[in-house]
Amino acid sequence: MRAEAKLGFILLLSPLVVWLSLLILIPHIDMLLVSLRERVGVGEYRISLANYLTFINEPLYLRTFIRTAMMSILATTITLLIAFPVSYYIAKIARGRVQSALFLLCLVPFWVSELVRTFGWMILLRETGIISNLLQALGLVDGPVELLYNDAAIMVGLVYTSMLFMVVPLVTTLESLPDEVIEAGYDLGGNGISVLREIIIPHATPGIVSGCIVVFMLSLGNYLTPIMLGGKDSLWFTELIYSQFIVRFNWELGAAFGFLLLGLSSFIVWGMLKLTGQSLEKTMG
Amino acid sequence: MQPDLECVNLTRRFGDTVAVDNVSFEVPRGSFFSILGPSGCGKTTIMRMIAGFLEPSAGDILIRGGSVIDTPPNKRPVNMVFQHLALFPMMNIADNIGYGLRRAGMPRAEIATKVEQALERIGLPGIGERKINELSGGQKQRVAIARCMVLEPDVLLLDEPLGALDLKLRERMKVELKALQAAFDTTFVYITHDQSEALVMSDDIAVMNEGRFEQVGSGQDLYYRPDTAFVAGFVGDTNRWAGRIERTEGDGIELRTDSGMLMRGAAHGRVLSAGDRAEIFVRPEAIRIAHSAEELSHFDNQMTGRVGSILFNGAASRIIVQDSSGNGEIEVNLPQSGEFSTLTRGSEVQIGWSGAQGNCFAAAVS
Amino acid sequence: MSKLKAICLSTVASSAIVLAIPASADTLRLLTWGGYAPEEVIAKFEAETGHTVEVTTSNNEQMIAKLRATGGGGFDLAQPSQDRIAGPQAEFGIYKPIDMSKIDTSLFIPSMLEATQGNTTVDGAVYGVPHVWGTSGLVLDTKMAASVKDYTDLCSDDVAGKVSYRLKRPTLIGFAFAMGLDPFAAYGDEAAYSEVMAQVEAKLTDCKPNVKTYWGGGDELIGLVRSGEVVASMAWDAGGWQLNADNPDINFVAPASGALGWIDTFALPAKGRADDAAYDWINFVMRPDIAAMITEASSYFTASQGADEFVNEAQKAQFQASFPQEAIDNIKWYPPVPAGLEAIEGGVLDRVKAAN
Repeated sequence: MRAEAKLGFILLLSPLVVWLSLLILIPHIDMLLVSLRERVGVGEYRISLANYLTFINEPLYLRTFIRTAMMSILATTITLLIAFPVSYYIAKIARGRVQSALFLLCLVPFWVSELVRTFGWMILLRETGIISNLLQALGLVDGPVELLYNDAAIMVGLVYTSMLFMVVPLVTTLESLPDEVIEAGYDLGGNGISVLREIIIPHATPGIVSGCIVVFMLSLGNYLTPIMLGGKDSLWFTELIYSQFIVRFNWELGAAFGFLLLGLSSFIVWGMLKLTGQSLEKTMG
Repeated sequence: MQPDLECVNLTRRFGDTVAVDNVSFEVPRGSFFSILGPSGCGKTTIMRMIAGFLEPSAGDILIRGGSVIDTPPNKRPVNMVFQHLALFPMMNIADNIGYGLRRAGMPRAEIATKVEQALERIGLPGIGERKINELSGGQKQRVAIARCMVLEPDVLLLDEPLGALDLKLRERMKVELKALQAAFDTTFVYITHDQSEALVMSDDIAVMNEGRFEQVGSGQDLYYRPDTAFVAGFVGDTNRWAGRIERTEGDGIELRTDSGMLMRGAAHGRVLSAGDRAEIFVRPEAIRIAHSAEELSHFDNQMTGRVGSILFNGAASRIIVQDSSGNGEIEVNLPQSGEFSTLTRGSEVQIGWSGAQGNCFAAAVS
Repeated sequence: MSKLKAICLSTVASSAIVLAIPASADTLRLLTWGGYAPEEVIAKFEAETGHTVEVTTSNNEQMIAKLRATGGGGFDLAQPSQDRIAGPQAEFGIYKPIDMSKIDTSLFIPSMLEATQGNTTVDGAVYGVPHVWGTSGLVLDTKMAASVKDYTDLCSDDVAGKVSYRLKRPTLIGFAFAMGLDPFAAYGDEAAYSEVMAQVEAKLTDCKPNVKTYWGGGDELIGLVRSGEVVASMAWDAGGWQLNADNPDINFVAPASGALGWIDTFALPAKGRADDAAYDWINFVMRPDIAAMITEASSYFTASQGADEFVNEAQKAQFQASFPQEAIDNIKWYPPVPAGLEAIEGGVLDRVKAAN
């Protein structure tokens, strides 16, 4: 009987172990080894930290790195600011069909691929695009306006792409807050702001943090949106990694960049958890 | 003296349905007022209108003589203990109790003193730093009341706060709530569907059904002198039969139940005449049980029957007696002396009760 | 019993048939560029040979990256540019030599075949035969950007904000020539090449405010030019001719310093499993009639001898308009890229991208 239970346990666990080792652990170890390799001649390599030194010594890479992190943090903040009222409305104010319809509306953009979504934004924002034409038709501007290919366009794209991943955890945590707790907040003399600050936000913190982690990671690791909407000034760290791997055939430097990105994102998430006094178990559980 | 709370022609409609239909009542200062009714009768709607979470469709709410219709909930001198207490899980106990005071802008030091006083008052001194989920159900209850009471409201509303507790604790909390009310000397308005909670704690009880008050009165009034068939049936346990009146004689009537039993009852001033459909209510404890018919000779209702089943429940044990024809069933309380503890199923018993105990109401026209 | 036997036999027989088919008819996994394998060509090939063709479209960099990741597996035939074969082959060993005896060399334009063979020879073995060739130069809206004669003119104020080019190595090379430098001469000398690239970097950095966006794919460029958002761009000739068909004002112009000529080849991935089908494909698409079909579908010209006769007049006219004889003579053909130059170019491209 015990042996059977043990077998069952192993059988249940094995997909996880296989998944972890094959898809996560082994590729990462391989990447780490590649990142520690330096090319000295045709097909000749030796172990060194040269790739990491390149990163430190080339201000361009460091700058891109910091810029990517800052933009991702900003995108996360904006997403949170937009998603919070939306989620609150879906979770607490809308009822029944309206609630599901609104939730569905948040979901619909994700039925098409990221490429199509981003392309939709390009159609809207480009010089000969819909918004530019609309502004001209309304007489608000004299000539065509280019709204694409700048940081604001990247931000719009990132926020749009990330929205759902913020709304879902927020709706879930806000739904778990009983209406009567909010009412109690008002009943005992609180106004909208104090109820939000003292009751709703503290309750929603795990959802906010987990949403922020996901959105931050998605923004940091996004490739298409910054490239397509950012145009000539996009400059995103994943783009650097991509070009090292694909365009330069410099897997060694690309792998080192990959590891640095992993380290950076882990560090920022850790800092975010520390700052909000949350633990990973609490937010993900 | 001016009542603490007064509702005048209070009405609330949700679309086509009328949840609260023209209800008026007053709650005197310092009293414990309960609204008792089945779920869906509109009692929660009244409560939410008083607290300010719902606007009445018509009518007025006055607290200490002033209308509060236009006052938002956070400004009303009314506080509410919610059904599931609604303690703030993200705060410790002291912060929960101090929340309202902080909102009122009281200095920190003063809040701390007030909170400590409140905790002493509810018998839980020194637990301010603890978390909400470290408390037992009864302790949470007391904290929820203390959280409201530190604000010294004119009226405290309680929305079935005992509903989530287990039976034993509920029994104890009934007594405790009554004691807290006396200690704080504040007007409590308590809504519940549990008649025993209402009967034990209240000075006055309003029985509510389908948006209206059926009767307002003390527990004894409702129990012994129900005004309507609904109250007679809802408050306390009772035998209930429908039948046709065969004869009236002053206040007394004679009624043949649909199951064929003939019994005497009293109209208590209600207009009933022979041939009317009517309902008769007799409480199980009003019926005496005896071994011989002689012991019951002074009752105008006497019957012989067999024990159909025995419902043993300690002090509240009952038997169900089947009349001789076998069609009618009568619930009867067993005397606590234990003299009938040997009864078994099928034993023959004599039962009898006074006709004045048989409350008779005209049957609802259906 | 006999029935069972019959079933067994038929099962064996049918599985033998299933197994037998691949010996004569294979699936050809083709790693190529968009437009190089039009639907009707594939259909005709499948009908004639019984092979099936699976097409994956890609570009030079991705082709090499894909083959490198699998050690030359996953595809049976690839089409990298002729200058991008020798370097990666020496470095990663992702191709296998071409058996010239299996190729009908009479189908090829001899000069192109010879040049490609020369450029793709590593350790005495040939790794590539030519297929499609073309040039990169300028695509101009001749009404709006008449002043643009060479790449460096893209940086003039006349076309400010309405210019686009790729941030890839052809741009670096093209600008170097336009600036009067000779990058190909510096290929063998890393220091000299770095010096050339440093000048190009300075020019491209200065030029950046003029640029609307760096285009990434042919479709993106065509969209930009067609909408009028871009009036002058560095581009492939075929893209210009496609645009010209819609709007006569737009055309491909060979720059004064010379168009850059590229030849895309056929190369066999090291772990390809259907070499016979690959050779069949090569010999099939190089047939003049088939090559003309490809030209018609995509505007690209091929290294097929005699295909010109099958190409329609409109395309011939477009070609002649873009390439007078002296422009053809002036085409700069890419020599093989020595390993290591990509790192220098990569740094330049990254810095230009990051410049404000």
